Amino acid sequence: MNQVVAEKPAAKRKPKETGVPDNKQFLHPLMEKNYGNWKYHDRPRPGVLHHVAHSGDEIWTVRAGTQRQMDVHTIRKLCQIADDYAESRVRFTIRSNIEFMVSDEKKVAPLIAELEKSGFPVGGTGNSVTMIAHTQGWLHCDIPGTDASGVVKALMDELYDEFRREEMPNRVHLSTSCCEINCGGQADLAIIVQHTKPPVINHDLVANVCERPTVVARCPVAAIRPAMVNGKPSLEIDESKCMCCGACYPPCPPMQINDPEYSKLAIWVGGKNSNARGKPTFMKMVASGLPNNAPRWPEVAAVVKNILGVYKEDARPWERLADWIDRIGWPRFFEKTGLPFTKYLIDDWRGSRANLNASTHIRF
Amino acid sequence: MAKKLYDTPRLDQLESGPWPSFVTGIKELAKNNDMAVDLLGQLEASYETKKGYWKGGTVGVFGYGGGVIPRFTELKDENGEAKYKDAAEFHTLRVMPPAGMHYDTDILRKFCDIWEKHGSGLIAFHGQSGDIMFQGATTENVQPAFDEINELGFDLGGAGPAVRTSMSCVGAARCEQSCYDEAKAHRAIINTFLDDIHRPSLPYKFKFKFSGCPNDCMNSVQRSDMAVIGTWRDNMRTDEALAKKWFAKHGMDELVNDVVAHCPTRTFQVKELSKIKSGEHITSVAVSDTHGVEINNQDCVRCMHCINVMTGALAPGMDKGATILVGGKSHLKIGGLMGTVVIPFMKLDSDEAVEKLVDFAQRTIDFFAENALEHERTGEMIERIGLANFLDAMEIDVDPSMVSAPRMNPYVRTDGWDEEVAKINAKKQAA
Repeated sequence: MNQVVAEKPAAKRKPKETGVPDNKQFLHPLMEKNYGNWKYHDRPRPGVLHHVAHSGDEIWTVRAGTQRQMDVHTIRKLCQIADDYAESRVRFTIRSNIEFMVSDEKKVAPLIAELEKSGFPVGGTGNSVTMIAHTQGWLHCDIPGTDASGVVKALMDELYDEFRREEMPNRVHLSTSCCEINCGGQADLAIIVQHTKPPVINHDLVANVCERPTVVARCPVAAIRPAMVNGKPSLEIDESKCMCCGACYPPCPPMQINDPEYSKLAIWVGGKNSNARGKPTFMKMVASGLPNNAPRWPEVAAVVKNILGVYKEDARPWERLADWIDRIGWPRFFEKTGLPFTKYLIDDWRGSRANLNASTHIRF
Repeated sequence: MAKKLYDTPRLDQLESGPWPSFVTGIKELAKNNDMAVDLLGQLEASYETKKGYWKGGTVGVFGYGGGVIPRFTELKDENGEAKYKDAAEFHTLRVMPPAGMHYDTDILRKFCDIWEKHGSGLIAFHGQSGDIMFQGATTENVQPAFDEINELGFDLGGAGPAVRTSMSCVGAARCEQSCYDEAKAHRAIINTFLDDIHRPSLPYKFKFKFSGCPNDCMNSVQRSDMAVIGTWRDNMRTDEALAKKWFAKHGMDELVNDVVAHCPTRTFQVKELSKIKSGEHITSVAVSDTHGVEINNQDCVRCMHCINVMTGALAPGMDKGATILVGGKSHLKIGGLMGTVVIPFMKLDSDEAVEKLVDFAQRTIDFFAENALEHERTGEMIERIGLANFLDAMEIDVDPSMVSAPRMNPYVRTDGWDEEVAKINAKKQAA
């Protein structure tokens, strides 16, 4: 199996297959006491939640943004703040925000002051733009078309004020993904790599590195077939079929899909996981062809800020981005954002007829 | 003291601006950590050339087949030597978090001490599957780092074609919308499948996610092969004091425009108090001396919107449980899929009830292992064989809650129709 080659196998420690630890040992005492018996909550200010239990107990939560990829010094700094200004219990949200729980309202203001003084923005609650769901990118992924942490840092610098306020029509979830696999997931607005050229194959390596039938099977459009190239078994691509998704690259690294110029960034909008109001929705591509312009991706930031700005101005309270577009319609979305509606935005993948307008419902 | 930092003009630009900077953090590590120095060197190269330089490989811990993400540098000089040798091996340990991602400072400090000793000092809270990611260890240090983490009561998560690490929302610990004990279900399921987590041998990955209510804060509907989403069957509860408090603050315009207008089934009505109906399925509450809210719960789809807006004034009912959806996944290979309903409602309020969920999960994974093609997710498998066949194998009766509409084409062979009707009638009579 996959273990490290051992000099003395007998000396190896056997793992304790303990699985998921019990979270009770880490809960704030009030959360353990009132487990399953909370009555309601409100938000006294952006970044703060106030929960009231049926027992009458109250707990305040202060939420702060982090960089997710944290060095131990940063984590220790957060622990020190939790010990000095809160009650030594924290949790992380799905979007890598950290939450500090306190049993006394008086602790909230000094905790906020200390967090902000230490460089951790307080916010990300309610109808704010919260932290971007974040993948690995160049820092640690083996197939990335771009970075993750850098894109997130660059964008959150731009959206900093919106994180610390609650001024959007409803909550705004963002995600980034460094390839079309989309590890960042569905979001109100997502930034995802979009390759525009077929993979470049290093035929010298394919036979040794890739399990060829696996690679052939991985292609969603059956564009890959086995071939002999320069006397070596390799693979070839029918470039008229290839849609440049990059699915062949992970099982076969010699089929390089990433390109400094031709791997672009696309913007998607209208994903929603919640069942609130309408059913959950997948996001839709609304812009592409943006350059992968590290280290600050200004072209991407401009489009993101534009869309969010129009949404903030135009949507009604409680409308998520998808709800807003449902009301105003796609033509108006493209008109108001000034984004070009190109032929590439007309879906032609399986099930695509459901995305065509089979009616005379048209807004003029 | 570590070796000298490389020039990183591109990464340096990610140190300005108000959001916390991971570059500043890694530079802090690099003061006495050569691995961090070389990590910055390689990352700067990626920023310059816009290429990634990591490849996978085979690294693990004794006794397990997964849970470590191996990373070896591909950035070599003309002699084939790693350009940034101190980060030439930069493996990640995926470690499963407690449900709800709760910690105390003591355990976080212990993680820091271990990772400062054995790894790069870089930890991500958390990865997209929910793991604590201890990023950056040499092959040699993976085992001692794991041993110490494991002694703290934490275990490796999943990677590859395995049951994966799971996530659950804050849930019952601090949320009034929680409809079941997320942490209990989470632990019961995941700790049943430890063998399938630690020794990858499924056709492809299998993810569970646990959300306490239909707000689905864990995004389980599109990020998990099996989503357990809390819901309730009986009438919504109310609190008149909180309802009046809400109305006094927000007024009639907001009640009409922000709540009534957004109700997806238009079951939420505002009426004069004298006109409010009562009945077995009616929830009503006064918001003022003249007006109140009336909800026919039979028409309610438990979307959560009105509860989100008027939290406390309105609340989920008492007959709580969960809806189970199967088959969610992202794009590859056939396109993104939402999970679809296979169990409209099940109670999860006792050990026996949770055991039923574990049993269903077990049978689903067994069927998946047996029937999915290589690299096929559960949702793709169900799309290929049809939901009815999957339900049949799971011994689950069909239910109209599983579809958004019945069949829209005649392309089905229905010569078993009478038999099916007879079976349904027999079951009805037996019940």
